[in-house]
Amino acid sequence: MKLEIKNLTKAFGGVKAIDDVSLSFPSGSLSAVIGPNGAGKSTFFNLISGAFPPDAGEVLLEGQDIVRLSKAERMHRGIGRAFQVASCFPTMTVAENLMAAVTAHAGRWGNLSRRFPPPGVAERANEVMELVGLSQVRDVEAAILSHGDQKLLDIAIALALEPKVLLLDEPTAGMGPEERWRMIERVRGLWERQKLTLVFIEHDMDIVFQVASTIRVLCYGRVLAEGSPDEIRNNQAVIDAYLGTEEHAA
Amino acid sequence: MKGRSALRDVVISAIALVVVLAIPLLHRSPAFEDFIIRLSAMALFATSLNLLVGNTGMVSFGHGMFYGFSAYAFALMMQMTDLSLLVAALLAVIITTFAALCVGAICVRLSTDYFAFITLAVQMLFYSVIISWQSLTGGDQGLRGGIPRREIFGFELSSQLHLYQFCAIVAVLGLLALRHITASPFGQTLRMIRDNADRASFLGVVLWRARLWAFTIAGAFAGLGGVLAALFVSGAYPELADWPNSGQAIFAVMLGGINSFLGPVLGAAMLLALNDVVNRFTEYYGLVLGIVILAFALGLRRGVLDFLKFAFPGRAK
Repeated sequence: MKLEIKNLTKAFGGVKAIDDVSLSFPSGSLSAVIGPNGAGKSTFFNLISGAFPPDAGEVLLEGQDIVRLSKAERMHRGIGRAFQVASCFPTMTVAENLMAAVTAHAGRWGNLSRRFPPPGVAERANEVMELVGLSQVRDVEAAILSHGDQKLLDIAIALALEPKVLLLDEPTAGMGPEERWRMIERVRGLWERQKLTLVFIEHDMDIVFQVASTIRVLCYGRVLAEGSPDEIRNNQAVIDAYLGTEEHAA
Repeated sequence: MKGRSALRDVVISAIALVVVLAIPLLHRSPAFEDFIIRLSAMALFATSLNLLVGNTGMVSFGHGMFYGFSAYAFALMMQMTDLSLLVAALLAVIITTFAALCVGAICVRLSTDYFAFITLAVQMLFYSVIISWQSLTGGDQGLRGGIPRREIFGFELSSQLHLYQFCAIVAVLGLLALRHITASPFGQTLRMIRDNADRASFLGVVLWRARLWAFTIAGAFAGLGGVLAALFVSGAYPELADWPNSGQAIFAVMLGGINSFLGPVLGAAMLLALNDVVNRFTEYYGLVLGIVILAFALGLRRGVLDFLKFAFPGRAK
């Protein structure tokens, strides 16, 4: 599904976290959002997924404005997201996490007439575990999973709801170099197989330039540049504002 | 799913019930029978509270108001009307459920700390109404005059044995219903809210509605416990609705274990037994209770059943 953002604006106090941002993510595209800390990347995701409302602007999914819908309704329309800090249900096993997600998404979270899980839910959870590669740890409590598996579980919860657009907020955050590549390869595999419109936030520039087909650079809440990896690599504004300083820091 | 089979729960309850009902046939002990009667009321009270505390992560300090409300409602209906015991008991539970719905509607949208405070505040309000509305409730003397027409389904509840049997059956059925609720998709939703409310709402759970349901259901089962309490004391007393009574339920939950379904039942049994034993030797019951609770909090760092689960993983359920 095509995701279009028009003139999106959000201020916290006097600070414009997102300032008149317009971006378009074509159906089936794989794009990265990059930018220095505090550029508004996570706020951007929060506005798209409906965690809080924008001050102005539109979020269009296949041409339909969804900006007034709740986060759950947006999820039903097909916008899934995973979080920067893995967000799952720590006292439940991996399988229970996914079954609970599928049950809630099917609108059966208030069901009192039967035992958990309702029929059909376990099968769907198994599919998703197969898909992301969590089947070996299906009976492990989420709290004691490795960091990487927790991030995967977070993505799996989003995938359990069969999203068309998937927003991943730093899928490789907190991982070592090798683990990062394993993770991002899995993400790319999911994107290919599920024909998702995938947008991810990432700080590792090697990964960004290798994986994304389109890159959007946010800086102080504005779109600084967008284009193919080559265009971004050679964009002077981006080098000055972000890539240059990154090398200094490293 | 392991541990979730409905049949298994029914079999366990049936066995427990048969054992409890068989004991007086072998040996009559008025003290033990009293204990089970009180435990029936307290177990429903504490387990219903744990639906909020353990399952949903909502710590209510005012749960006793529903226990007391139901006891008064039931006793008053028995004294002032000609309703049969069954009808009065059902009405008492229904009215209490409605009261819980109303109180919950005010409370559940508040954050954790304020939720705890306001449940306590509403309970104190309710308690002062009982104390001051003397013409109806008997004030601090309680509702005296006994409960007439004590027969239901062939049980003659003025007989201690029949009351014992009746309470045991009601408690086991009530616990079975609560067990079913915690094992249902809704019960799983409550655990989602406890673990990660934000993610749960992203998945489509309407948080306030789920919390209000939990609060109302918990109030209903506390009300069922309150009816048993009223039958035991033959009336109703303000202490049933006072905040130390809510505290007793919280102690029961904490002592037995908040993450085990039967934890609050065990905790209630421990509290009652402790009360009986300690009162025989000293009047400083509160002091002993405090030491025991400290020992559990500092020593085990969790309730008994939770501790057993932790110490023997994979064996305890």
